Amino acid sequence: MIPAGYTFRNILQHKVTSALTILGISLVVFVFSGSLMLSHGLKATLVATGTDGNVIAIRKSSQTEVMSIVDYEQARILATSPEIARDENDAPFLTNEIYVLIGLKSRSNGDEAQVVVRGVTPNSMKLRPMIKMVEGRMWNDPGSEIIAGSEAAKRFIGCGLGEQVRFGARQWTVVGIFDAGGTGFDSELRCEINQATDAFRRPVYSSVTFRLADTSGFAAFKQKIEDDRRLTLEIKQEKEYYEAQSRYTTTFISIAGSVISIVFSLGAIIGAMITMYAAVANRVKEIGTLRALGFSRFSILTSFLTESMLIALSGGALGVLAAYFLGFFRISTTNWDTFSEIAFNFEMSWAIAISALVFSLLMGIIGGFLPAVRAARLKIIDTLRA
Amino acid sequence: MKVFKLIFKNAARRKLRAFLTILGIALAVMAFGLIRTFIDAWYAGARAAQPDRLVTRHAVSIVFDLPIAYKDQILSIDGVEDVTYAIWFGGIYIDPSNFFPQMGVEPESFFRIFPEFILARDQLEALVREKRGAVVGRKVADRFGWKIGDKINLIGTIYPGNWEFIITGIYTGRDVDTDETMFLFRFDYVDEVMKQESPGRVGEVGWYALKIDDPSRAAEIASAIDRRFDNSWAETKTETEKQFQLSFISMAGAIIVGLRIISYLIIGVILLVMINTMAMTARERVSENAFMRTLGFRGYHLTGLILGESLIIAAAGGITGMGLLYLVSNGVRVALSQYFPGFEASLLVYMTCLVVAILVGIIASIFPVQRALRISIVDGLRVVD
Repeated sequence: MIPAGYTFRNILQHKVTSALTILGISLVVFVFSGSLMLSHGLKATLVATGTDGNVIAIRKSSQTEVMSIVDYEQARILATSPEIARDENDAPFLTNEIYVLIGLKSRSNGDEAQVVVRGVTPNSMKLRPMIKMVEGRMWNDPGSEIIAGSEAAKRFIGCGLGEQVRFGARQWTVVGIFDAGGTGFDSELRCEINQATDAFRRPVYSSVTFRLADTSGFAAFKQKIEDDRRLTLEIKQEKEYYEAQSRYTTTFISIAGSVISIVFSLGAIIGAMITMYAAVANRVKEIGTLRALGFSRFSILTSFLTESMLIALSGGALGVLAAYFLGFFRISTTNWDTFSEIAFNFEMSWAIAISALVFSLLMGIIGGFLPAVRAARLKIIDTLRA
Repeated sequence: MKVFKLIFKNAARRKLRAFLTILGIALAVMAFGLIRTFIDAWYAGARAAQPDRLVTRHAVSIVFDLPIAYKDQILSIDGVEDVTYAIWFGGIYIDPSNFFPQMGVEPESFFRIFPEFILARDQLEALVREKRGAVVGRKVADRFGWKIGDKINLIGTIYPGNWEFIITGIYTGRDVDTDETMFLFRFDYVDEVMKQESPGRVGEVGWYALKIDDPSRAAEIASAIDRRFDNSWAETKTETEKQFQLSFISMAGAIIVGLRIISYLIIGVILLVMINTMAMTARERVSENAFMRTLGFRGYHLTGLILGESLIIAAAGGITGMGLLYLVSNGVRVALSQYFPGFEASLLVYMTCLVVAILVGIIASIFPVQRALRISIVDGLRVVD
C-alpha cells in the first residue's frame, strides 16, 4: 500500500488547485446541509409546540385551527366528558381557544405577514408549561391589553412592549412579552377569549385543548368522540397535531434542496475531476517510479482515489462547519399548512452532519474515479519515458 | 486572424480538461437559469395581473370574509365599471396532495372581468343552468383526466361536508401566465348549503375583484372604496391586483431569498471550476510565455491570448448551458405545468446566463495574466515543469 503521507503531501503540493476544489465542494455541502437544517428546524419547532399529554379537539377534516370551528354547544358537550382531567378548582382541565390570523407589517421589510392572535382562557398557560412571562405583565384590562410572544414582538410593527396594534376594530396595547421556549407560540399574540369573541365577532371557538385524567385512554376517548352523533369533532395528540403542520413546507424545502444539491454537486464533481486529472498528468513519472518499485496497479488506484476523497471530505467538513453557524440565525417564514408566520432556527443534527459528509465523500469518489483508473492503467514503460 | 487560431489551439490543447470545464460551466449555468426561472414563475400571478383591476379584501386579513352586500356599494363608487366576488374553498380532492385552487364565483361577472379565462359561451350557459356546475382549467382537467359531465367530489375544509360538483366546462388561458389550474364553481351553491348548516356564514364572500375605467386613477378609486367602509364592522383594504398577488408572494419571502442566495453560490462554483482550469493553464505555460516575450510579443499580446482563451471556454460553457436550460425548462414546464403555469425561461434569464459566463471568463483570467506579466523572462525560461 502506498503510505497515506504521500497522498497527503500531494494535496499540499498544489495548494491553489486543491483549495479551489475544496471550496467548491464546501459550497455544495453548505447548501445541502442548509436546506436540511431548515426543514429540521421547522419540524423541531412545531414538535416542541405540542405538549406531551395534551389533546386538541378541532372540527373534523379541518386539519388546522385556521379552518376549524367548534361551536359552544359542542364545546360544552366535550367539557362534560368524564375522561377529561380536573384542574385545581375541580373544573375540567381544558382551554377553549379562538385562533385568528391578522395581517401585520414586518419590521424588517414592511411586507405583510399573517400573524396569529390567540384568544385564551387562564388554563391555557397551565396546559403549556413552557410559556413564561419575561417582560411587562399580564393584562389587567383585557378589553384593550394583550401580550405578545417574543418573536412576534421582535418581528412585527406594533407588537413590541408598550406599542399598539389595531385589529378587530380596536386599538390594543402590548403590556407583556412572553417566551415560549422557541416554540410556535413565540410567533403569536394572545388576548382574553371573551374579548376576542367580541372584537372578531366570532361566536365560536377554534379549538379545545385539554388533558385526559388517564392518558392511556386516548384511543378509546378518540373513538367515543368520533362516534358521538352530536359532535363533528376529531381529537388529536397535541404533539402530533403540531408536527403535522410542518408537512407542506418541509416537503417543499426537502425536495427543492435535494434537487438543487444534486445539480449543484455535478459542478463540484467536475471541478474535482479536473483537479485529479491534472494531478495524474503532473505525476506520470512518479506513478511510473512507484510501479517500478513494485506497487501494484490497485494501490495506485486507491492512492489517487484516497486523495480525491480526502479533498472532498475536507470540503465537506468545511461546508458542514459553515452550515453549523447558520444555526445562530432565526428566520421567519409562512408555514403553508397554517398560512401563518412562524419563526424557527436552522437546526443542525448529527444525522444531517453525517449525511452531508457522506454526500461530499460520494462527490470525491465520483470525481476521482476516472482519473484514478487512468493513473492505474498507465504502462510503466511509457511513464518512465515521459 | 492568426491570433484567433492561436487562442483556439491553446483552448483546445488539453481536450479533456477543456471539455470538462465547458461541461461544468454549462451545468452550473443551467442550474442558475432554472432557479431564476423558478423565481420568475413564482411571480407569474403578479405578471398576469391587469392594471385596470383592483381587489378589495378584509382589512385585517384575507382569511376574513366580507358581506355580499358590499357589491352594490362598490359598484356605486365613481370609476368602478364592474364587480365580481369569490370565495376560497380549499377542499380536498381524494388526498390533500392533489392540491389545486378552488374558488366559488359568480359565473357571468367573473368571466366578464377576467377575459383571460377563455370559456365557450355554451359552457358558461351550462354553468348558469347547473347549480352544482364547475368550470375547470385545461391543465387540471388533463392532470386528473376529467371530462365534461364528470362528477367530482371534494371534501370541504373551510366549508365542511362532502361536496359534489359536475364539470360543465373547461377553460383555457389566453396568455402564457394565465393560471389554467383553477376549479371554479358557483358561489350560490355553497351559500345555500350554508343557509341550512351555519346561518352565521350566509352571504359572506372572500374578496371582490373590480374593473376600473382608468388605471391611472387606481389609487384614488381604491381609497374611495376603503373610506366607504371605514368604521363598519368589516373594514376593507383595496389594492391593485398586482399588489394583491405580491402580498401573497411575499409570504414565501424567505424561500425566495434563499433561492436567490443559492443562485449566487452556483456562480461561485462556476468561478471556482474556471479559475482552477485557468490556474493550471498558467502553470503549464510559464516558460512558453517567457519564450514568446523573447520573440518580442508584448504584455498586452499575452493578456489578449490568455483572456481570449478564458473567454472562449467560458462562452462555450455559457452557450451550452443556455441550450440545456432551454431543453430542461421546457421539460419542467410540461411536467409541472399544473403547479407552475408560467415556467418558461425568459430572454432576460438567458441574457443573464450569458453575462455571468462572460464575467466568469474575465475574472478567471486575472490571476494567470498577472502571473504571465510579473515573471521575468529569465525566470520564466528557467522553469522546468
